[in-house]
Amino acid sequence: MFGYLFLISGLFLGWSLGANDASNIFGTAVGTRMVKFRTAAIIASIFVILGAVIQGSGTTETLSRLGSVDAVGGAFTVALCAGIIVTFMTKYRLPVSTGQAIVGAIIGWCFYTATPVDYSVLVKILGSWVFGPILGMLFGYVLYILLRKYIRSSRIHMLKMESIIRTSLIVVGAFAAYSLGANNIANVMGVFVNSFNVSFTIGSLYISSTRLLFFIGSLAIALGICTYSKKVIDTVGNGVLAMTPEMAIVVVLAQALVLFVFSSTSLSNALMSIGLPAIPLVPVSSTQVLIGAIIGVGLVKGVQELKLKMVGGIMLGWITTPVLSGLFTFISLFFVERVFGMQVSMRETALESLGQAESSFASVEYHMPTTNVNTFFLVATIVLLIGLLLYTFFARKKALEKARAEGHREAKKKLFSDYQNALKEIEVNTVQLENTTLATRLEERKNQLVTYSLSIGEQRKYLESISESIEQAIKAPTLQEKNRVLKNQLTEIKQRMSFKGEVDEIYRQAEQVYMEFVEKLDKTFPKLTSREKEILVLLRIGLSSKEMAPLLNISTKSVEIARYRLRAKLGVSKDETLTDFIKSM
Amino acid sequence: MFFSRTKKSIELIDAFLNCVDQGLLLFKEGVKNYLYNNMEHFNNDIVQLANTERESDKLRREIETTLYMQSLMPQVRGDVMQLLEEMDNLIDQAKKNLFQFEVETPHIPAELISDFIRLTQTSVSAAESTIPAAKSYFNEPVNVSEKIHRVYFYEKETDMLADIIRRKIFKEIPGLRLSEKFHLRYFTLHIENISDTAEKVADLLSIMAIKRIV
Repeated sequence: MFGYLFLISGLFLGWSLGANDASNIFGTAVGTRMVKFRTAAIIASIFVILGAVIQGSGTTETLSRLGSVDAVGGAFTVALCAGIIVTFMTKYRLPVSTGQAIVGAIIGWCFYTATPVDYSVLVKILGSWVFGPILGMLFGYVLYILLRKYIRSSRIHMLKMESIIRTSLIVVGAFAAYSLGANNIANVMGVFVNSFNVSFTIGSLYISSTRLLFFIGSLAIALGICTYSKKVIDTVGNGVLAMTPEMAIVVVLAQALVLFVFSSTSLSNALMSIGLPAIPLVPVSSTQVLIGAIIGVGLVKGVQELKLKMVGGIMLGWITTPVLSGLFTFISLFFVERVFGMQVSMRETALESLGQAESSFASVEYHMPTTNVNTFFLVATIVLLIGLLLYTFFARKKALEKARAEGHREAKKKLFSDYQNALKEIEVNTVQLENTTLATRLEERKNQLVTYSLSIGEQRKYLESISESIEQAIKAPTLQEKNRVLKNQLTEIKQRMSFKGEVDEIYRQAEQVYMEFVEKLDKTFPKLTSREKEILVLLRIGLSSKEMAPLLNISTKSVEIARYRLRAKLGVSKDETLTDFIKSM
Repeated sequence: MFFSRTKKSIELIDAFLNCVDQGLLLFKEGVKNYLYNNMEHFNNDIVQLANTERESDKLRREIETTLYMQSLMPQVRGDVMQLLEEMDNLIDQAKKNLFQFEVETPHIPAELISDFIRLTQTSVSAAESTIPAAKSYFNEPVNVSEKIHRVYFYEKETDMLADIIRRKIFKEIPGLRLSEKFHLRYFTLHIENISDTAEKVADLLSIMAIKRIV
């Protein structure tokens, strides 16, 4: 039972594969919002399992021939290293191929255990890395031309066409998921096939070890699809090329066809039966094929649409993934064997043979650890490792969510406080304006009150002086004296009729109201006389020449003449009236 | 099940376009009846146009809801909604114009009646040409450009006719008061506006078609 624990690294790799490669199947469909993520995830999960269980053996055999990992410890390490590399690259949102990671890891194992690498198989696999995308490109190119022709020639309503496309996306996605399961299960469980035997029988139903391993592996892939693929879909779905749903069908179908061709034993046999060469059943990178198909479609649409920088980045990943994986596996195998004392191969390892060679020369005794497995220590380490990975994953997710929620809250708070500040400012401004207006009015009223009081007192005095004069005239002894007193009074009354004080008051108040105007007048026309300024202020109030004449104590004609002179002095054009000119100031 | 819902949406869109078409026909008839002083028919046209406008509004809202609820055409949904709104504007404008005829009862001199009829026919033709173009967008977007050139043609014609009428109003017909001239000018403008909206629809359709073809 303890042996099952070693499968965890394979399951982890399967989980990584699901997280990454689901984007190759439904990424474009989800990215274009034609299929909901939940629907896509369920369909992909079911068909991946079916594909792996029904048709997964062909490619597994090829991978086993590359390097037959024959010890559980070795298989565990190879799968774990590949899984870690895939996760690392996923973290940085680089579309990565599990196939390349596992091939790199197997070669690392071969080097470490001094197992000869079957180069014919390696060449086949490497060839598939080149040929897979090319085939994908060809399929993509041809299928896109055909689909475009069909869409243009058919007179199907856009809505109906959309339904067809949506259904096609689901069907094609399911086919692609099936092919992915069939082709890529070798990457997940291939290394365990030769080192594990878990077959069992229920009644008359016998389930072989390989098939059971495939089923368990595909469950892990399905888990990866459901839990983590959304993030990668966000990159590939819209990242490489702006996809239309029509393009999505072609790209996914091309990818599915290529994966199917490279994993179908019956198709290979059928070709052989008609005298054609067999198709190598090799695990193909679905990412590479996807990129190929996208390039194929891009060729039809015009290459400039491709984001070449991103494609270049992905291609760089193709080189770095196997190299990193191989190195990492080599180092890890050393630790697993030397530190945990775990058997990584049935053969003697490269370091052991080196040790033996050296000992034969120098007769030095090396204390090599035995293959006694420190069970407790190993299990604890595995559990710790898995726990650490899970903790990192969930902690990061939680931290991200928290940060996002915090950000939202902060943004909302800020927006709210901004609104509040703006409202406060408006309110304060309004109150200030009201206060200023009220203060001005109050000042005016005060002045008016003072003026009225003064005026009443003055008028009373004046009327008293008149009544005194009249009394003097009545009491005057001679007619001559009487006439003199009355004449003096009349002159005084006439003088009073000029209303000089009142006019000054009006002018003062007008100046206060039109303060800005008076200031402007002083600044623009500094040579104006005070009389002219008076006339202009009275004009600004809106008084006519006739109304102004008594106030200025001159005739209407004189006001007219003064206005004429002012026009010349201010440079008012013939088309404009003086009043308009003043108002426009 | 899935296709039946799609079929319903298609039927709704077709019904909406037919509604717009019917509204434009009623407007054309209404103006003609007003100009020939067939007031009974004119009033009948107004009532029918108001009903058609209500129906088109209802259909537009229903289409909007269906598209969003069933998450149909997520990529072009915004464009389609805008198209339907612009087309709804056509029928709204037609209704508004006919009501203005009814409320303001402009006095149209006898020598301008034939001009006004031609103006109305051309302006409505521009608007009517948007309907096959819109249908074409849904069925065969490649042919949209062929259909919308008619809209541009009729719109230009409408502009020309409107200019001729305005010239006649202000320069050639004696005895019109300034208020009457202004009134007639506004009615020319109202009718002309329908073709301008049709031009907007055509512009939108041409961009939408390019988006779909590419």
